[in-house]
Amino acid sequence: MDDVKKQTNLKKASEHGIQAPLALLAELSHRCPLQCPYCSNPVQLEKKTGELTTDEWKSVIDQAVEMGMHQIHLSGGEPTVRHDLEDIVEHCTNKGLYTNLITSGVLLNPDRLKKLEKLGLEHVQLSFQDTDNDNADRIGGFKGGHAKKLEVAKWVREVELPLTCNCVVHRQNIDNLENFIQMALDLDAERVEIAQVQYYGWALKNRAAFIPTPEQLDHATEIVEKARIDLKGKLVIDYVIPDYYAKHPKNCMGGWGRRFLNMNPKGDVLPCHAAETIPHLKFDNVREHSLKWIWENSEAFNIYRGTDWMPEPCKSCDRKEIDWGGCRCQAMALTGDAKNTDPACSISPLHSEIFSMAAEEARRAPPEFIYRRYGVRFNSPI
Amino acid sequence: MTDILKINENIIPKFPKHVRFRFNKARKEWVILAPERLVKLDPIAVEILQLVNGERAVRTIANELSKKFNAPEDTILADVKEMLQDLSDKGFIEENG
Repeated sequence: MDDVKKQTNLKKASEHGIQAPLALLAELSHRCPLQCPYCSNPVQLEKKTGELTTDEWKSVIDQAVEMGMHQIHLSGGEPTVRHDLEDIVEHCTNKGLYTNLITSGVLLNPDRLKKLEKLGLEHVQLSFQDTDNDNADRIGGFKGGHAKKLEVAKWVREVELPLTCNCVVHRQNIDNLENFIQMALDLDAERVEIAQVQYYGWALKNRAAFIPTPEQLDHATEIVEKARIDLKGKLVIDYVIPDYYAKHPKNCMGGWGRRFLNMNPKGDVLPCHAAETIPHLKFDNVREHSLKWIWENSEAFNIYRGTDWMPEPCKSCDRKEIDWGGCRCQAMALTGDAKNTDPACSISPLHSEIFSMAAEEARRAPPEFIYRRYGVRFNSPI
Repeated sequence: MTDILKINENIIPKFPKHVRFRFNKARKEWVILAPERLVKLDPIAVEILQLVNGERAVRTIANELSKKFNAPEDTILADVKEMLQDLSDKGFIEENG
């Protein structure tokens, strides 16, 4: 709790020379018909009764535009559970935000997509759990999901909305990587995101079920690199490797509180979608403060902004303003202190211990999934 | 899905549907927006892209700019082609038609 005591002297965004954020990730709801065991939502899911109203979201959108934000990602949970999604999309596009819908697709129908397109929606990101029908439905915990998604992708293209296929890959589907890329081509997508599972919250609880072996990862990276060359100008391939096997940590969110805002369904403003896993952070809420005030002043942002908070080995590292110490949530989850160097960094004193443990998990038979559901109780924290 | 585009002076460039070339009022700057992409632009790029409307050919764009800035058309044409090729390779420009 030392972190909390020191907060009075924290520098604010402007004192770090940080400008307005570029994009807002808006988690409209945590409700979702799927139960992916790697869901990026927090383990404590927000209920419908706590969600912001339509007018509250519209006010947030107005504020985001006034601050100079460029993009909004309408996400969840599943954003299409909200019946006011059309109102929200219309408001975003009227205000000139680049509006992106991140969806599982399973609740969509052609009429609703047509309407969203007319209201100005600019892009759809559709998630896929696998290319194998049965395995995809098993991972998502939703029977019939994969077949529906393939249909939804066609509807998206029928109304001429651009499409990205979001493919989360891990040891239980990584052998289908080439099929994922082919699927994106077959569905006439502009872009495919191949993202290895990132281990926070639900995914961390399921890490042994998901983490690939280093050999699987190397093979996957080769496939992606070749496809990027072969498909240059045809299909954009974004690729996120599991940072467990990287030499340097990812510069998570482009640095804490430097570029992005995340809002959860009840209006808490977070530096990233996993920030709620850091127990001592207190988040400010748009029901009490303006977005601009929060970006400038919120302790949850200022606490890990810049480099003043860094301990060694980050403090004297010449990459400290490149990696920004890696990921605070991962440091919290794996070392018990969010200030520590992200153990994904090869310089972290805990790197080899933690990652040899993960690599060992990858060699054993995968355990059963713990599915993402409301009210799941865990026997022992990881 | 289009094949790889090679920009020449007869091509009529346009922005794909998912790509927006937009002025951000609060920041007072032109940017290219695409899914999870933001491209900041130098003043020359802005001049070129303001003429991309799905009707002008690359040659026309270069011609208009050479008049506007009183500069040799050949040099401008080379710059326009290079910039549009780069944006096309990244998926931010496509051919109309």
